[in-house]
Amino acid sequence: MEFLGLLNYWIIIVLMMTGFYIVIAHNNLVKKIVGLNIFQASVFVFYITMAKVKGGTAPILAEGIEVYSNPLPHVLILTAIVVGVATTALGLALVIRIRDAYGTIEDDEIEARENEL
Amino acid sequence: MTVELAIILAVAVPFAGAVLIPLAGATPNLRETVTLVCAAILLYLVSVIYPAVAAGGVPEVYLFEMLPGLSVFFLVEPLGMIFAGIASFLWIATSVYSIGYMRAHNEENQTRFYAYFAIALGATMGIAFAGNMLTLFIFYEVLTLSTFPLVAHAGTEDAKRAGRVYLGILLGTSIGLLLLAIIWTWTLTGTLDFTDGGILAGKADGLTVGILLALYTFGIGKAALMPFHRWLPAAMVAPTPVSALLHAVAVVKAGVFTVVKVVIYIFGIDFLFDIGVSEWLQYVAAATILIASLVAMTRDNLKARLAYSTISQLSYIILGAMLVTDLGIIGSGMHIAMHAFGKITLFFCAGAFMIAAHKTEISQMRGIGRAMPLTTLAFFIGSLSVIGLPPMGGLWSKWYLALGTLEAGKLGLLGVLMVSSLLNVAYLLPIPFRGFFSSPQENPPPESSHDHDSEHGHTHDHDRPKGIKEAPVACLIAIGVTSAGCLVLFFFPDPVYELMRMVVAP
Amino acid sequence: MIAAQYPALQVVLALLAAPVCLILRRPRAAWAVATVITWISLAIALSLLGRVWETGVILYPMGDWAAPWGIEYQIDTVNAFMLVIVTLIGSVVMPFARASVEAEIEEERIYLFYCMYLLNLAGLLGIAITGDVFNLFVFLEISSLSSYVMISLGRDQRALTAAYRYLVMGTIGATFYIIGVGMMYMMTGTLNMADLATILPAVADSRTIQVALGFLTVGLGLKLALFPLHLWLPNAYTYAPSAVTVFLAATGTKVAVYAFIRIFFTVFGGVEVFNAGFIPEILAVLAALAMIGASVVAIYQTDVKRLLAYSSIAQIGYMVLGISMVTVTGLAGTIVHLFNHAIMKGGLFMAMGCILFKIGSVQLDQFEGLGKRMPVTMAAFVAGGFSLIGVPLTVGFVSKWYLVQAALEKGWWLAVAAILVSSLLAVIYIWRVVEVAYFRPPPKGSAEVSEAPLSMLVPLWILIGASYYFGIDATRTLDIAFVAAETLFGPPQ
Repeated sequence: MEFLGLLNYWIIIVLMMTGFYIVIAHNNLVKKIVGLNIFQASVFVFYITMAKVKGGTAPILAEGIEVYSNPLPHVLILTAIVVGVATTALGLALVIRIRDAYGTIEDDEIEARENEL
Repeated sequence: MTVELAIILAVAVPFAGAVLIPLAGATPNLRETVTLVCAAILLYLVSVIYPAVAAGGVPEVYLFEMLPGLSVFFLVEPLGMIFAGIASFLWIATSVYSIGYMRAHNEENQTRFYAYFAIALGATMGIAFAGNMLTLFIFYEVLTLSTFPLVAHAGTEDAKRAGRVYLGILLGTSIGLLLLAIIWTWTLTGTLDFTDGGILAGKADGLTVGILLALYTFGIGKAALMPFHRWLPAAMVAPTPVSALLHAVAVVKAGVFTVVKVVIYIFGIDFLFDIGVSEWLQYVAAATILIASLVAMTRDNLKARLAYSTISQLSYIILGAMLVTDLGIIGSGMHIAMHAFGKITLFFCAGAFMIAAHKTEISQMRGIGRAMPLTTLAFFIGSLSVIGLPPMGGLWSKWYLALGTLEAGKLGLLGVLMVSSLLNVAYLLPIPFRGFFSSPQENPPPESSHDHDSEHGHTHDHDRPKGIKEAPVACLIAIGVTSAGCLVLFFFPDPVYELMRMVVAP
Repeated sequence: MIAAQYPALQVVLALLAAPVCLILRRPRAAWAVATVITWISLAIALSLLGRVWETGVILYPMGDWAAPWGIEYQIDTVNAFMLVIVTLIGSVVMPFARASVEAEIEEERIYLFYCMYLLNLAGLLGIAITGDVFNLFVFLEISSLSSYVMISLGRDQRALTAAYRYLVMGTIGATFYIIGVGMMYMMTGTLNMADLATILPAVADSRTIQVALGFLTVGLGLKLALFPLHLWLPNAYTYAPSAVTVFLAATGTKVAVYAFIRIFFTVFGGVEVFNAGFIPEILAVLAALAMIGASVVAIYQTDVKRLLAYSSIAQIGYMVLGISMVTVTGLAGTIVHLFNHAIMKGGLFMAMGCILFKIGSVQLDQFEGLGKRMPVTMAAFVAGGFSLIGVPLTVGFVSKWYLVQAALEKGWWLAVAAILVSSLLAVIYIWRVVEVAYFRPPPKGSAEVSEAPLSMLVPLWILIGASYYFGIDATRTLDIAFVAAETLFGPPQ
């Protein structure tokens, strides 16, 4: 029961570690960006689930609704998602430029080329 | 002119000179005139300040607040007066000498040389007049940095290496130890002003005082107390006027001056005497005196020998200060003056031998008195003064230092002074004697047994001197003035003595 | 009254001007806009500092939404001082940037530089001014994203990878921060700093808050390049265009240090985080490692810009050391060093910009004879180097004085030793450059004296001059720093 009650946190941790692992371990620059996105997604889930109130509905002013979820984290995370999109876009744009300059997007090959310089 | 204005100008004039010299750089005669005029003005200004201090006043000039509660200001007390007087007087002599030397030696970058020289003098004045430890430290560091280009003047690989040693030791000790001591003192007492009777009394326990004293004494690397003495022989690659004024007078004396000043005005003589933490430093100084003298004997390069002699003589002053007795302090202060005149004469002569006869190694100087009688005579006079024999001023300072050891009841240290004097005789007097009484033919062929500490390029086997061939007149004038100074100080040591008496009995 | 709106204008002006540069597209026009906006921002920052100095904290609810629901800008001495530092550096960098950027960035990209610069400025000012932890995250990302772009504008292709790596590490850092914020929100239900400060003590013992603190520390540590999270910094500073390096080195990490201070001393001010556990000790050890390790690495660099970058990591160590002492003196030392290091390192990197402009390289072997060829620039470098070493009369001396004093008061002898050893190492790395520049003859065929244009030399000397002015009379900056430090220790408002 304890485990299920904290299910969302387990998912968050798994997502986070997966993303983090990809960022660190993968050689391909695009995959690193993917990893970064998964990493960030875990945080989005974290905020969204945090706001859930048991038995609550959407925060709409209407008759008979007394318990509702906290809308603020949702709003916050919208902002964070926008930031994440911008980061992804910029990261990918950089990868394109790197590919133009180095002819590869594999980290070790780039490093080897940099060492030659 | 008011004394206050004179104090400010005395520090400002050399710096102004440093700005003007490069502007006049295109015409050497004008440039040297600027130097001489600055030096003359400085001496005049110091002479304006002197009566006020001799009459028992301590003129003070407030400059600005640097850190909250900590200001930069000048305060001229008798010890600083002595130091300023010597430095400003000898600047004139050195400037005259430099003109002869630098031209005869065809040194490059003379404008840079004169400019940094002036800055160094300005910094020296700042040290002499500093009203608190912060002010002193500022000028102390300015002095270090401004003398670096002078030491590394030649720009050769040797000069560069020497410059590194110089800067490394002086900045290393001052940042690593001295600055720490200063900030620590500030944290303990909330002031850094030089105060009669010291500021630490009652603020720190014996152990702290002991550590602080060690930090100060070793941190003042310019005092060349072993094991932080290596920079001084290294600095001998500099042109001789630099070695003469800066590394026999201004820089090294700034070091020992600071030590004496810290002992008197930061720790306080009585306080330090009661705690007794300075005793082991007496033995460090004594060891430096003896070891440096012994090393000096082994050096064939004249400047290197003089450098080690200086290290030894500086420790006389430290020893006197660490005795923390009235007579010891008087001896220290007087030795700052007496040794300055003696040693600068010796360096001037060393430079004269080099430019006139192209000799740097002592073993080549047999019979040199026949070609350069005046210089060799002056060397003799300087040697007597450094050894402490009558009729030279050096006698008095050694006299009081000896009395100081007796006052402290340290016969062993008296013995050290005596032995060291004998060693001085052994390493200094043979040079003029052989110069006069040996024949040049006995000169061994120049071999490559150069002294490692200070190799100065020229050792070519010059033609055997035929007839009189003295250094340029400008050099001779300077040598004459300083060696006369040694004599005069024997007969008229009173001004220096009186000032020092005021220091110990305000 | 327009003056009442200054807190908003401080950020909004730069934010709105950024797209204007995009529309203008002409390099000179974009430059003019950026310069004017920066100068106005400086005026606003100064007037804010003046007002805070006289009347105390300024509270500004954004859009009249009352705190803690709305975002509130809270300006006390600490962040007013930060605003001044950032805009001041910007105001000096802008005139410098015109010639430097024209030489180092392709013409069709220049307007992008100014656009990104303005965004960066807005982001940094936003971090400094806001009183809301989530808003801080948004501004952090604005400034970070724009700095990635600015770094990637460098001529060298390694600028691209440097920007990419910085992007990855920076994003991880920001995400860590936002996780920490989320956890705090879970426990307290507020994002307002002052509100957090009052509620946090009640829940401080929960594991959530402790974990939150860990995430916040690591996240901000990445941003401020705290050893060993500094790996992004050397390449980023080395390959970015000179003007970018100057601005980032002088402001970017400083603002991150500010955020760090803010989180630890204001948000967690009521919680005795430093007394529990061993956070101060860890920070102090990391700081000391940075001070010594990075200085040693700096000695072995052959690229002078990179040398200075490592020196920056060491200097950040000084700041973190001051924080880790958790005393007013230590914190004041850090705050004054934020300013002091900004002006001296800004000046030094400007000297690099001048040399890049004329020589085209800042490799050490290109410095031969530079003392003769570019006397004005090299003199500035030496003067700035003195400040880095901490020679008296420079700002570096002032910072060092207070950090040593703080360590002495605390009895941290190893910290004292670390500070002093690090300054001695600075002597070595500065002197390596000085020796090459002054003791080696210029290579044959090199032109005679040829200096960078006045538009670059004047800003350079303004910063170097300032690093002496504020070193000779440090009372003003220290007064501010001490008041700021006391504010941070004071009861949360």
